Formats: sequence, structure tokens, C-alpha cells
Amino acid sequence: MTSVMIDMFLLGLLVFIAVMILRTCKLFAVIVMSGGYSLTSAAIFVNLDAVDVAFTEAAVGAGISTVLFLAAMSFLPAEEKPENKSESTLSRPLIASVVCIAAGALLVFAALDLPAFGDPNAPAHIHVAPRYLEESGTLLHIPNVVTTVLASYRGFDTLGETIVVFTAGLGVLMLLSGATRTRRQEKAPAAVTRKAKKGAAK
Amino acid sequence: MRDNPVFRLAAKILFAPIILFGLYVQFHGDFGPGGGFQAGVIIAAAFILHGLVFGLEQGRRLISARVNLLVMAIGVMIYGGVGVVSLFQGGLFLDYTALTGSVSSGQHIGIILVELGVGVTVTSVMLALFHAFAGFVEDHS
Repeated sequence: MTSVMIDMFLLGLLVFIAVMILRTCKLFAVIVMSGGYSLTSAAIFVNLDAVDVAFTEAAVGAGISTVLFLAAMSFLPAEEKPENKSESTLSRPLIASVVCIAAGALLVFAALDLPAFGDPNAPAHIHVAPRYLEESGTLLHIPNVVTTVLASYRGFDTLGETIVVFTAGLGVLMLLSGATRTRRQEKAPAAVTRKAKKGAAK
Repeated sequence: MRDNPVFRLAAKILFAPIILFGLYVQFHGDFGPGGGFQAGVIIAAAFILHGLVFGLEQGRRLISARVNLLVMAIGVMIYGGVGVVSLFQGGLFLDYTALTGSVSSGQHIGIILVELGVGVTVTSVMLALFHAFAGFVEDHS
């Protein structure tokens, strides 16, 4: 009973934070509140006994991405641009809400077919999960099944994830160092004309 | 922020314990929640705190961008290297049991090495991202 009440409170908090994020124009407030959103979801994951996921969400979502967003915010003005009122403003929210309600209804309809939460006969729990649970402690002597699944049974996936992190880091570094080079070139007038010619040739 | 003694002292006191906690999360992943991804982020947070309080230049002197780029690749190499070593030991790619021949010790060593690779890559990527974003502004303002 208390667990359900905590869940309801946290879900309500999530919706509240999401609405607050939508309503504010100050980017600093948006970033801090998305950190709060991640922390609240981490609390929900703890309540679902998914401690590893909660840990990751708290460290990555609430911690480092907030810091990185704040660092990136120094490129941007402090406030979001006000909406352009000249366009047809009435039809857009109408279309958006119709799409949202339709997609939400479809998701709820699909969720009715899902097995109940914690159902031991759910397909996810009878395929390979029993083998992982049995072997991890007795055969591999590693009590944390999440780690054995992540690093051993699904080692290829994690190798892929590591490469994705590596490539993403390289991509951002290349983008930002490329931006510095063009800015430096703009200072020299000869380089600008060369660049303009290149652009025209393309 | 750099002249505020409270920030400087707090950063100095917290720097080592944050890294220690990161290492705990890294190597305790077999027994409790944690692992390379979380540990990498926590250790990067210590360096980012250092960079925020003492300035990016000091942070770059601690770990230069060039070294950081190398470390990023080394993490992936550690992970892939474990797979290649297990190939040479006569097993399949990333088959940790082949590393020592016994299931228990092989899996332990393999998982710890692989998580170490993940942690190293995540730490340096996070640090590189922070330096790229924050350094870009500092260099051009």
C-alpha cells in the first residue's frame, strides 16, 4: 500500500515537473528541473527494485548531463525565444493535442495486453532469465546478476555501447574543434573568400 | 568562483573522496549496484568539479586534451583486448572462461577488466565533452 502511494506521489511529481518545464522560458530553470526529473525517475526505479538503473539515472541523468547542459548553455541566450504569433496559432495546438491524445490512447491500448507487473509467467521471465539467475551466483560466483548479464552474457552489447560512447565523444570533439577553425578563418579576410568560393562550388 | 575560499576548500576536500567512491563503484559492481558506466561518470564529476573551481587551465594541466583522447581509445582497446586475448586462449571472442580455464576466476577477471575499459572510456569522454563545451566559450569570449 505504501509502495503504491509512493509510486503515485512520484509519478505526480514527474508530471508536475514536466508541466513546469513546458511552461517556463528560462533555460537555466529548464536544465535544473530536468535534473530533478531524472532524480525523481531514479527514485521510481529504486521503488521498482531496479537499483542499477536508478544508480545510472541518478549519476548520468541528474548529475553529469545537468552539468554538460549548463556548460552548453553558455553558448545560448538565457531565455527561449517567444513564439512567433503571426502564424496560424490556433490550429497548431489543436493538431498537437489530437496527435498526443491519439498516440497516448494507442499506448494505453497496447499496455492492456502486457503481462501484469511482476508476473512470474511473463515471457521475459521464462526465456533466458531463469538461467542467468541460477548460474550467476552458483557457477560464476558473482552475486549481482545485472553485472553478469551486462558484462558477460551480453558482453557484445556492452562492447557496442562503449564504442558508441567513444564515437559520440569523438563526434562532439570534431564538431566543436571544427567550429573553432572556421571562426579563426573568419578573422582573416582571404580565408573568408576562399571559404565562400568553396561554398559556391558546392 | 575561483577566489571564493569556501569553494576552493570544498573542492580540495571532496576531490579525493569522490574518486575513491568512483573506484568503489567500479570494482564493487560484481557485488552491488554499480559498474563501469556509473563509476566513469562519478570520477569524471570529480575532475569537472576541479575544473569548475580552479579554472579550465588547471584542469587541462591535470589531464591534457591529447592524453584524454588517447585514454578514450585505451578504454575501448582494453575491452576489445580482453576479447582478443580470449580468442588466443582458444575460446570465443569475449569468452572470459577461456582467460584462465576456470569458470569462476575467468569470469571474475574478465568482468573486472571489461568494466575497467568501460569506466576509463566513460570518464575521459565525459571530461572531454565538458572541456569541449566549457573551453569553447572560454577561448572565444
